[in-house]
Amino acid sequence: MKILVCICQVPDTTAKIQFTDNNTKFNTQGVTMIINPYDEWYALVRALELKEAGTASAVHLVTVGRADAEPVIRKALALGGDEAFRIDADSNDTYEIAAEIAAFAKDQNYDLILCGKESIDYNNGMVPGLLAGMLDMAYIGFATRIEVSGSTATVSREIEGGEEVDETSLPLVISCQKGVAEQRIPNMRGIMAARTKPLKVIPSSGAGALATVSSYEMPPAKTGVKMFTADQMDELVAALHNEAKAI
Amino acid sequence: MSVIVLAEHSGGSFKKKALELVQYGQKIAAQQGGDTIAVVLGDIAEGELQQLGAYGATKVLHVADARVNDFSARAYAKALVAAAQQSSAKVIVTSHDVIGRSVAPLVAAQLKAGVAAGAVAMPENGNGFAVKTTVFSGKGFANIAISSDVKVITLMANTFQPQKGESSAVVEKLSVSFDDKDFGIKVKDVKKVTGAVPLTEAELVVSGGRGMKGPENWGVLEELAGTLGAALACSRPVADSHWRPHHEHVGQTGGTIRPNLYVAVGISGAIQHLAGVNTSKTIVVINKDPEAPFFKAADYGVVGDALEIVPKLTEAVKKFKAAQ
Repeated sequence: MKILVCICQVPDTTAKIQFTDNNTKFNTQGVTMIINPYDEWYALVRALELKEAGTASAVHLVTVGRADAEPVIRKALALGGDEAFRIDADSNDTYEIAAEIAAFAKDQNYDLILCGKESIDYNNGMVPGLLAGMLDMAYIGFATRIEVSGSTATVSREIEGGEEVDETSLPLVISCQKGVAEQRIPNMRGIMAARTKPLKVIPSSGAGALATVSSYEMPPAKTGVKMFTADQMDELVAALHNEAKAI
Repeated sequence: MSVIVLAEHSGGSFKKKALELVQYGQKIAAQQGGDTIAVVLGDIAEGELQQLGAYGATKVLHVADARVNDFSARAYAKALVAAAQQSSAKVIVTSHDVIGRSVAPLVAAQLKAGVAAGAVAMPENGNGFAVKTTVFSGKGFANIAISSDVKVITLMANTFQPQKGESSAVVEKLSVSFDDKDFGIKVKDVKKVTGAVPLTEAELVVSGGRGMKGPENWGVLEELAGTLGAALACSRPVADSHWRPHHEHVGQTGGTIRPNLYVAVGISGAIQHLAGVNTSKTIVVINKDPEAPFFKAADYGVVGDALEIVPKLTEAVKKFKAAQ
């Protein structure tokens, strides 16, 4: 069984979000880039576990990005994985990113494609479903547990207010979240090995974007907090009703 | 230009977010001049279908096929695509929830449609078709300009308050040629927390953090939530310590929510937590540390011990409700 794990590079969770160029660009100045946590902690680690258990024969990593994304891919390779592919395109359009990955994956016969449930920058959660649609593969979103036996996958996924257990046959695209695996820290051996692992650059298929970010906005600033003491709960409730109209 | 919306229902009636979605679709259709077509899958009473008209649907397409009584992303997508093609609709809208976010990309892939996910406003038509969406887990917004002919939007819950009107809808059956592959995913087991308000569509949320000291203290939060009719949420350390189930975790690596009221108890307000909740309309922070960063993002604050303050707040809410 061959697994493809889709990785994307995102600003660190503690990064200060600022926009430049008349609010048309995200300001990357001083921002550390990391592997999207859902891709790293859950999709990648689960793929590695399946390989360690002998269920998977190969784990490939793919990302869509320019050369500046390579340190993040090397970090992913340090956790494990056999080879990595960087599709040489720069996009923040979810359709274009999926189309680039689909163009690459369509002849590779992956049995399982694992993605994080969303990237922590755009929060779309669309790439995995788009990939499934473009590759005509089955799709399970928001998985919390993945087991594979032969050509059958048993997947728990989030539903509104609970969880559902699904069973289906491969090939399959799954988007992963907490529960699927536990975060790992790369060890020195992994980091050394990652330096020599193949990282191939794939030319863009020229899919093109169907959407672009025309501008960014910051949320409106809070005007200041009104404090109440423990003995003023009636006043707080009155404020929530009369002023905030929240209850 | 007609607009298609996916109207989700459960337990025999439409969810509030389905009504919100119908109304959002109707406003877009009014902008563009076209029909608002609600697609409904699975068994539901005829009277309920009619109700969508009062919220702005001009047509309801009902897929009355026993096989879609259970959710299948592929079958749902096929129905939306069939509806869109039948009516030459150019805009398809779903909720930004686990169902909508599973179906919308499959529809977009088939119709080669650009996607704006997590919309929080009406599309702007001044210069192309741009939709404001939340990005960076609520730390910012992006206006997504879609250039493709067909456009797919997923709408964040609680963006609009749906208003019931007097209009009515034409209800028609939609037959979709499903095949076995559309039902290739078999449901083996379902575990549902019954009676609870689903977090993503809750208008009021009570959330607990490490300051609650342990799972045994959640009773006071449950009582406050019960009194308010609010859903329960928690911070990441709480979910990581298994004090509360993961689906209650909100923040950058948990769920993003935007209720009308978010009551944060014993949560310091780390940037990752704020990311998931800071677009909530009103935020109340209860924390024993007056220096907790969350107070800076709050509208109302109380400094004090959660176990002392929360029961007092619950009493005040009870008193308020009794007087209403």
